[in-house]
Amino acid sequence: MASSPYPWLNPALVVGGLSPLLMLAIQGPRGELGPNAIEAALHQTGLLALVLLVASLACTPLRLVAGWTWPARVRRTLGLLAFTYAVAHFLVYAVLDQGLAWGALWADVTERPFITVGFAALVLLVPLAVTSTNRWVRRLGFPCWQRLHRLAYVAAALGVVHFVWRVKKDVTEPLIYGAVLALLMAIRVGEAMRQRRARAAAAARNPA
Amino acid sequence: MRDKPPAEPPSSEVTPEKTYLRRRELLKNAGLFAGTAVAVAGGLHLLGRKQTRPMDRFVPDAGLVEQPVAQAMGPFDTDEPRTPYEDVTTYNNFYEFGFDKNDPARFAHTLKPKPWSVVIDGEVRKPRTVDVEQLTYWFSLEERVYRMRCVEAWSMVIPWLGFPLAALLQRVEPTSHAKYVAFTTLLDPEQMPGQRRALLDWPYTEGLRLDEAMNPLTLMATGLYGRELPNQNGAPLRLVVPWKYGFKGIKSIVRISLTREEPMTTWRLSAPREYGFYANVNPSVPHPRWSQASERRIGDFDRRPTLPFNGYAEQVAHLYTGMDLRRFY
Repeated sequence: MASSPYPWLNPALVVGGLSPLLMLAIQGPRGELGPNAIEAALHQTGLLALVLLVASLACTPLRLVAGWTWPARVRRTLGLLAFTYAVAHFLVYAVLDQGLAWGALWADVTERPFITVGFAALVLLVPLAVTSTNRWVRRLGFPCWQRLHRLAYVAAALGVVHFVWRVKKDVTEPLIYGAVLALLMAIRVGEAMRQRRARAAAAARNPA
Repeated sequence: MRDKPPAEPPSSEVTPEKTYLRRRELLKNAGLFAGTAVAVAGGLHLLGRKQTRPMDRFVPDAGLVEQPVAQAMGPFDTDEPRTPYEDVTTYNNFYEFGFDKNDPARFAHTLKPKPWSVVIDGEVRKPRTVDVEQLTYWFSLEERVYRMRCVEAWSMVIPWLGFPLAALLQRVEPTSHAKYVAFTTLLDPEQMPGQRRALLDWPYTEGLRLDEAMNPLTLMATGLYGRELPNQNGAPLRLVVPWKYGFKGIKSIVRISLTREEPMTTWRLSAPREYGFYANVNPSVPHPRWSQASERRIGDFDRRPTLPFNGYAEQVAHLYTGMDLRRFY
């Protein structure tokens, strides 16, 4: 592989990105997460999963708008970090909070829309994490891989809904993430329309 | 004599230019790596910081209560381990001071609980306005160690100080038309900055049926752990109804009205599907977003089953005979 102009970028992202998770693992057992440590860990892992997922979705729009190339180099790392936090969030909920009480977990996932959408977001992220390698991009072919990975937008939108439904009253914070996500999506849709128009114009100029 | 020029190192010791450049790049990359890692970690910590804020310095140093308090274990007291004072006073829902659990401990210092008068009116023969100080002289304070079950499926054990609401109501003599008791929290955005945002319909209101209000379990609390009530716990006067979810326990009360009609309550107005007028602790009626079958006692690792009426069924179940508690949640 050709050497990258920023060899430090992805390792730094992994170390910095995993440090809050490491802090939780250290502080939790030492009782430094407040009176309800499990709730604190649950909230923080869930929030960071959404933050990182939105950050990964910001890479392409940043390239389109600002013309930078480095965001494209960190997109996969951000996506995998988001998946890591989503899995951690689910494990804190299922193992620490619910104590693997299967009946209660099943009832939550099937009967409570708040949990259903969060769980659906996690399930959608699984195939994306699995197919995140270069090998899978080749195997699926880029257009197909690209279509599949648009699911990340669906997962993020479900994550925002999950967040909105979790807070009892003050929905400001989840709506900020919703607004950022909508903005990113608008940039992508605008770009797709621009490309389509350009293709149509090119086809009109050169009739086959 | 001419000085000899300083001896140059032999050429074998000179770092080749390529290595020199590589080392410089290595150092530069190491710096960028460290800087980026710290920036990313810092950014993420900042975004999620609310949950891990150290709270030790916000534990209140409330004054000791002067009146003598009977310490013998009463018939309604639980002997379960008490939730530490630090947790009782730094993990609160009191939206007048913010939405995070530790906001009330940090911001409730703007509340001025002395002096504080309470209006008692409505369907009573002797309506009156009385200072809270006066109330604590009228009624001898008792310690009551109650379980507190929050609708969010966590719970505590709290040694309250207070007097039965029944004693207060008897003193003002409800008329025969009185069927309900309505409570109102202070409305003052200066003292309660959270009221500047209309996220709930301020002031906070709550209510009880008269027979619930007269039940000997129902307590008007003015303190906890032998101390005056800290602001974040609802100073200077709050309601404690241990068989109902915690949000029924209205804080910083300025008005108690006896009414003919069932009063509207804040959470019911805000989300009628999730919060009813009765709000009795009931493991078999789930909240739309989570189960109420179990709870986490603050400080415990494992969840424990939630008991009907929060374990006070013997004292209060008779109040609801013949009522469909799924409908009247």
